[in-house]
Amino acid sequence: MAADMRLPTIRKTVSLSASAFDRKDLVVPGDVITSDTGFMRGHGTYVDDDKLTASVAGEVQRVDKLICVRPLKTRFNGEVGDVVVGRITEVQQKRWKVETNSRLDSVLLLSSVNLPGGELRRRSAEDELTMREYLQEGDLISAEVQSVFMDGALSLHTRSLKYGKLGQGVLVQLSPSLIKRQKTHFHNLPCGASIILGNNGFVWLYPTPGQQEEEAGGFYTSLEPVSLSDREVISRLRNCLLALAAHKVLLYDTSVLYCYESSLQHQVKDILKPEVMEEIVMLTHQKLLEQEG
Amino acid sequence: MARVQVSEAEKVYILHGIRDDLRVDGRGCEDYRHMEIETDVVSNTDGSAKVTLGHTAVLVGVKAEIGKPRPTVPTEGYLEFFVDCSANATPEFEGRGGEELGTELSNTLYKVFNNKRSIDLKSLCICAGEHCWVLYVDVLLLQCDGNLYDAISVAIKAALFNTKIPKVHISSDDEGGKEIELSDDPYDCMRLNVENVPCIVTLCKVGHRHVVDATLQEKACSVASLIISVTHKGTITCMRKVGGGSLDPESIFEMTEAGKRVGKALHAPLMKLLEQEESLGKKRQKVYTCFPGLPLVSPQPPREESGAK
Repeated sequence: MAADMRLPTIRKTVSLSASAFDRKDLVVPGDVITSDTGFMRGHGTYVDDDKLTASVAGEVQRVDKLICVRPLKTRFNGEVGDVVVGRITEVQQKRWKVETNSRLDSVLLLSSVNLPGGELRRRSAEDELTMREYLQEGDLISAEVQSVFMDGALSLHTRSLKYGKLGQGVLVQLSPSLIKRQKTHFHNLPCGASIILGNNGFVWLYPTPGQQEEEAGGFYTSLEPVSLSDREVISRLRNCLLALAAHKVLLYDTSVLYCYESSLQHQVKDILKPEVMEEIVMLTHQKLLEQEG
Repeated sequence: MARVQVSEAEKVYILHGIRDDLRVDGRGCEDYRHMEIETDVVSNTDGSAKVTLGHTAVLVGVKAEIGKPRPTVPTEGYLEFFVDCSANATPEFEGRGGEELGTELSNTLYKVFNNKRSIDLKSLCICAGEHCWVLYVDVLLLQCDGNLYDAISVAIKAALFNTKIPKVHISSDDEGGKEIELSDDPYDCMRLNVENVPCIVTLCKVGHRHVVDATLQEKACSVASLIISVTHKGTITCMRKVGGGSLDPESIFEMTEAGKRVGKALHAPLMKLLEQEESLGKKRQKVYTCFPGLPLVSPQPPREESGAK
């Protein structure tokens, strides 16, 4: 019950690689990237006194003559095939609007979801009227980016059994830059919970489903109470994710799992204390380095 | 207040978690998030404090001005509250969006803190019926992540502890007129006794149980909450119900008991921390820097060493 009160202290982020300062491809706004006039000015750069200068903090990328800076702190810039976790904000004619941490709300068309009753079902006018029964405002979904519109808005689809409405669990909102791109973003972690690392920085933690649910087109959600042990694992994972994000560690199944293992000696609620966070992330770093060899 | 959307299934998850005394972030029902407190952060105030509770951050400044006592209580000074909801906290506060919340907060704070049982208002009196110290307490919300009341009350207590009011000297001239002189010495000052200043504990009724220090997600699952101000002895000084739902008498009783328990436990670590910080003095590493351009203190003419009649 006791409240934990303390004086604030200046903390540095834990990093074992001191070489980050020597890396030439990391820039801050105002850094001159090149004074060679032969290059083209891309996103995140501007020309000042014939010198190509960065306008955002991030990583320099060069494609032939085009120089861009990919910002580290950014909203989600979706690409086709990205896995996202999003929240329905609006139900419209034949489409849902989805909040996916990008600059514009994404759309999920009625024609790009699997409705109960098989993939080849025709969509009737009734389906349009009962859209809110499938997904209503506030609901969370996992989906894949189907296409990107001209203005950068995303079109999503859930035409696979792994996508669809999300049931009980915890959403953690992080920066999209921290999610490592991988072959799969759905993981059943050996510690007893599952995780969806959305490319948009939204991470969904949920109890590992027992058996494959019956054919419900992904719109069925179980409201059965989750067991206390599962809850503890999920809460621990949530706090671990926040700790890793606070120290800017790239998130993927291994790093999350190592962090979970390092945190086991602490109580779940203590993980978010700054000094514990530092210790756990340090251990995770070491484990990751060892694993790399 | 900043709103968050929560889906039905998430609500069920949160509700069951609270029933089992394990919340989403691993806390029990009567646990606070970890709190960071720093005082003396704004140089152009007489006392200030910044408190962060999870992602909730509030900044409080106290400024003492010489004013006229209220006619009904000529021998007491008084406190004035103003809560500024910065649009930095949430875009909803943009324009006049935060005004309603600001007034609601400042009215509650006035009720809780401005009475002689919380602060020795008599010590703020300079000259009965003519001059007294008025403490302008300005609260700035920097970030909202639930549980504003508790964070603000802790910040106010810390800021009042930090407040240094210059000593005054009253001299009367031959014609019977009085002259007030402020002491030039920054160390020659009066400190307030904050022993009896209460802290606010907000209890949110979620399902059949109640939680303290609710996050925005938990708040979205609760129908009603009870705001209780508790002194270090465990005395309840003020109570308010907020939210649209209703509470049955039995749960109100349970919640006040829990509030007493939690509130009482809040004071000791706070006072210990404040005294520790005070003893560090100039050696303390300042973390939060405040920019002078910040519109924290309501614009008022500078204090003069003028002889008022």
